[in-house]
Amino acid sequence: MTIPSYWRTRRQRLSLEGEICPHCRRHVFPPRDICPYCGGPAKAAASLSGRGTVYSFSLVHNAPAGFEPYAPYLVAIVKLDEGPLVTAQLTDVSPDEVSIGMPVEMVTRKLREEGEEGLIVYGYKFRPLLQAEAL
Amino acid sequence: MRDVAILGLGQTPVGEHWDLSLRDLGAQAIVSALKDAGIEAPQLLVVGNMLSGSLSHQENLGALLADYAGLRGIEALKVEAACASGAMAVRMAYLAVAGGMVDIAVACGVEKMTDGSSEETTTALAAAADDLFESDQGISFVALNAMLMRRYMHEFGYRREDFAEFAVNAHRNAARNPNAMFRRPITPQAFAEAKMIATPISLLDSAGIGDGAAALVLGPMDLARRLGGAVIRIAASASATDSVALHDRRDPLEVRAIYLSAQRAYAQAGVGPQDIDLFELHDAFTIMSALSLEGAGFAPRGGGVRLALEGEIGLEGRIPISTMGGLKARGHPVGATGVYQIVEAALQLRGQAGENQIPNCRLAMTQNIGGSGANVVTHILERLA
Repeated sequence: MTIPSYWRTRRQRLSLEGEICPHCRRHVFPPRDICPYCGGPAKAAASLSGRGTVYSFSLVHNAPAGFEPYAPYLVAIVKLDEGPLVTAQLTDVSPDEVSIGMPVEMVTRKLREEGEEGLIVYGYKFRPLLQAEAL
Repeated sequence: MRDVAILGLGQTPVGEHWDLSLRDLGAQAIVSALKDAGIEAPQLLVVGNMLSGSLSHQENLGALLADYAGLRGIEALKVEAACASGAMAVRMAYLAVAGGMVDIAVACGVEKMTDGSSEETTTALAAAADDLFESDQGISFVALNAMLMRRYMHEFGYRREDFAEFAVNAHRNAARNPNAMFRRPITPQAFAEAKMIATPISLLDSAGIGDGAAALVLGPMDLARRLGGAVIRIAASASATDSVALHDRRDPLEVRAIYLSAQRAYAQAGVGPQDIDLFELHDAFTIMSALSLEGAGFAPRGGGVRLALEGEIGLEGRIPISTMGGLKARGHPVGATGVYQIVEAALQLRGQAGENQIPNCRLAMTQNIGGSGANVVTHILERLA
């Protein structure tokens, strides 16, 4: 990961900033300027709540380069409350506690470290929704 | 547009070829395909490859392979469509011949995968996914397919063991293919106990990666008739795209590009799934076999696994798949795979498939999938004489 690439995606990584389509009113994440649902131009930034449910998940044993120290780790596709699906790691949960449909929320966490001279890459992960217990 | 025929074919065995480089593999396949066709001077070479830049630090494959195959001077280029690079190369060669701009074209798929470490290869393959919003999160290509498989099991009520027949069938057929990488049968029990890569996908759900190259010589139909022998017509060549990221699809279990490319191919050939005698599908993972069978119209949604459970995918079943071992057991030299599929389908139609021969086959379909269904290329081959 280069610094320009990290900087360019900071709003997505740190605050799940997507877009809302002014034509069909659907939320779009990641942002892409042309609405994938109606084809109209969509440039209005909109942050997502970060809450959703697990659509599917996997426990990764064989990690790609840079992620080996963290294996095995959980990854998921999360269906956000506003509609879009987002792919991310799960955190603060053990593999046998995860199920499809489980409510989760976005947190900012370290994704990986790129060595002595490299970046510490932060981004979004999802954890079990804490508010559920407080209620 | 004019009809295009397969004039010749060649392949190297798939495996861990420490003694052969990227260029050796490609040149061997091209030379053997030209020899099979009895042709010395093609005008165009299209190379299908995905990973040469990242794993072998080598691009410019068109010129390199043309040179090493003794074809220096001809027009040559590389095309890339992730794991569908091979069939895409065949399609580009097909378009050139069908359009009349070129008379004889060679399509060669080549991949050298065992020069990199396992982590390097996993990272290079992840480039088929969305770099910024999938791979960057630590999501391997296997993990994406694993999430499709878990969701499929959840929606349609299957267990992991229900997918075993896809792998068992592939290994059974590979055991009798001299060019296959894994030439030993496996049992459902071995499948059930296999080591996990990304749950619920195990080693035995996944295609083995290896080195290999395959090539086809394409030319106009009238030339094929003059050359004699079995005439294999490319009755359809079609491709379609979907979003690269799984999360950008409204329903990730409905792989739109599989459906679209198959429908376009059926329309071109004027046939339907009921007419197809064998289907070389893209079984990179067992879940992809199920989704391909469904998207191409051989089973209803959620019914792909049932087809396997009912024994309909074997050599004597309703729709034989992976007849020479498939990606699973012939091996998956990524950018070469799509050409292997077409070479194998053509061998079946020529009656040269050895112990795996399907009797009296006339129409064969192949489907090569790039990424998690982002770029799908479907061909239908027809034996005329």
